[in-house]
Amino acid sequence: MQMIRRHVLWFVVAVVGAFALGTVALSRGESINALWIVVAAICVYLIAYRYYSLFIASKVLGVDPGRKTPAHRHNDGLDYVPTDRNVLFGHHFAAIAGAGPLVGPVLAAQMGYLPGLLWILAGVVFAGAVQDFIVLFISTRRDGRSLGDLVKQEMGSVPGLIALFGTFMIMIIILAVLALIVVKALAESPWGTFTVAATIPVAIFMGVYLRFLRPGRIGEVSVIGFVLLMASIFGGQAVSHSAYWAPMFTFDGKMLTWMLIGYGFVAATLPVWLLLAPRDYLSTFLKIGTIIALAIGILFVAPPLQMPALTQFAQGGGPVWSGNLFPFLFITIACGAVSGFHALISSGTTPKMIDNESHMRLIGYGGMLAESFVAVMALVAAACIEPGIYFAMNSPAALVGSTPAAVAQAISSWGFHLTPDMLAQTARDVGETTILGRAGGAPTLAVGMAHILHQALGGPAMMAFWYHFAILFEALFILTAVDAGTRAGRFMLQDLLGNFVPALARTESLPANLVATALTVSAWGYFLYQGVVDPLGGINTLWPLFGISNQMLAAVALLLATTVLFRMKRERYAWVAMAPAAWLLVCTLTAGWQKIFSADPKIGFLSHASVYAEGLAQGKVLAPAKNVGEMARIVFNDRLDAALCGLFIFVVLSVLFYCVKSSLAARAANRPTTHETPFEPAPTGAAS
Amino acid sequence: MTGAREALSRSGPYLARRLAQSLRLMVGVPDYDAYLAHMKATHPDREPMSYEAFFRNRQEARYGGGAGRCC
Repeated sequence: MQMIRRHVLWFVVAVVGAFALGTVALSRGESINALWIVVAAICVYLIAYRYYSLFIASKVLGVDPGRKTPAHRHNDGLDYVPTDRNVLFGHHFAAIAGAGPLVGPVLAAQMGYLPGLLWILAGVVFAGAVQDFIVLFISTRRDGRSLGDLVKQEMGSVPGLIALFGTFMIMIIILAVLALIVVKALAESPWGTFTVAATIPVAIFMGVYLRFLRPGRIGEVSVIGFVLLMASIFGGQAVSHSAYWAPMFTFDGKMLTWMLIGYGFVAATLPVWLLLAPRDYLSTFLKIGTIIALAIGILFVAPPLQMPALTQFAQGGGPVWSGNLFPFLFITIACGAVSGFHALISSGTTPKMIDNESHMRLIGYGGMLAESFVAVMALVAAACIEPGIYFAMNSPAALVGSTPAAVAQAISSWGFHLTPDMLAQTARDVGETTILGRAGGAPTLAVGMAHILHQALGGPAMMAFWYHFAILFEALFILTAVDAGTRAGRFMLQDLLGNFVPALARTESLPANLVATALTVSAWGYFLYQGVVDPLGGINTLWPLFGISNQMLAAVALLLATTVLFRMKRERYAWVAMAPAAWLLVCTLTAGWQKIFSADPKIGFLSHASVYAEGLAQGKVLAPAKNVGEMARIVFNDRLDAALCGLFIFVVLSVLFYCVKSSLAARAANRPTTHETPFEPAPTGAAS
Repeated sequence: MTGAREALSRSGPYLARRLAQSLRLMVGVPDYDAYLAHMKATHPDREPMSYEAFFRNRQEARYGGGAGRCC
């Protein structure tokens, strides 16, 4: 009886969730309300957290509240600090939430909202949250070591080195993709460009204030910074209306690319307190605030979804990204369902602050569920705008043309109602001259957010403000990521190059710094430039590369989890990590293979290269190339992308090899063979 | 009733404090009071850093080492 009573509430949650999910999945023809999606998602999260994460904690991992954590063992009040679990949850969530969960679902919406939603929910419950939780557990049991160290320790130094190198390449691709999103959002937009550019002097002012005027007063300076940011949005509006100033802030993609590359180089060499740290405060607080505002907005406005549950592009052949639902949906939605990058956070600062092992379930598993909810909201925002507008913003000009009339005609012929007037009206609503060719997710999300938020606050007159607020919010934390990522890349590179030229390893030497920074910036800058001049919009090429590499990193993390479970002699439960790892391997290897070898030049890099190579051999110039030099560059870039894809495949296959090897050895052993820090009892009073 | 009101009036500042701690930790600055308490308990012989020095130390630690950031 007691048993039944304990589960009856959860049974009700399950029934409500199943009903909401059924409504979402089975409605055909009539549009449904976004709240159904929200209810379905929350019920799935609650059930997964209550049952599956508890199962993982108690049965699979054997989380032990009586065991001392590194925060207590190494407590120094600085890096290792036993921290309240809710406070740490906030820290962990702020560290894992980024542009990924916002962009992927928007791109995935071209297939309709249903495939994306189902993968976000299934992926997070069985793969993403499992990965974050288990990696956090593994790292906490090993004094908070990093992912690279953990792979080295549990699998060997060769796979450790391979994983580190893979991480560096993934970082380069991520930086290029993030920068590309900013370029796509700011091209030909004086309002957006002014507002984003204004964040640089605002941040520098904050940096000086925090350093000299009122040292360490974060709250105070963030409020001042926020006010200045809002002022810069209105300033951008004035600029965009001024005949004199508007042209000075109007740039095309190529110019913005060079400016971003220059910015990345300078920002990564400045002292951190001047630009990086203060802008990080702004972007972190704005990110959290905006996520909360969007959640409230969706609940309050309850927008109906305009996008069908499934579009004809669920069969493949979509304009935003190429390829079939399997495997490409599963690499397009990266961070909202499962993200390899989280393994770096779960083995970074968070494990050093875990007060008690019993908190890991909330922080690791629960934190990822919250991240997934952000992805669901992004999907809702993309699906509640008119589908015709969605496709007009995200389809490359090479496919649909570049004038409103041509675009409206092309997209209407796909069955989505769209007139040139609708395009002009939407552009006017958000205060832009055009919304065409803005692939990359951020502008679409901004239109969706403006659509939702202006109904909650401000009315139609505020729509343009909300649009630029959303652009600013994304650009702000992307620029922070570009800056921080370039620094991280520089340190990794100096480490790597130091093996050959010892002078380059000296991180305090200015010339060595400049060389390594320049190399890192040119690496991501090269891919960024390639994406900007890409006739298919760049996202088409770079996002799959990013998705494949990120999901492969997740596979590496789950393989590590598998090996550790074998070493703990808990192989009975190893399927918890093995099943999602296997699924990710199937998706990423298939996608990687198709990106390299598919005969369809829209998908395969090599077949695309050979189309242009043949044209070159016959002396023809194929659009969009304008001369022989551009033809040759397209061929070269295609082959470079294919090689990079091949490299990622090599990395993940070699980690798989070492995982199998060490798991088999661990299975043959007659006792646990982990490298955990020896057990010490938790201090009394710490357990809660 | 008074007990409930007391609990409420105590939980207000408690929540505000926790919220401020969360926001600071999000940008890499742990609780200064906890640091002071730790220094007092385990290293009473050493002079703890001032808040300003503590803040600079944490800022360098967060960004100086080039820690990765999520997508």
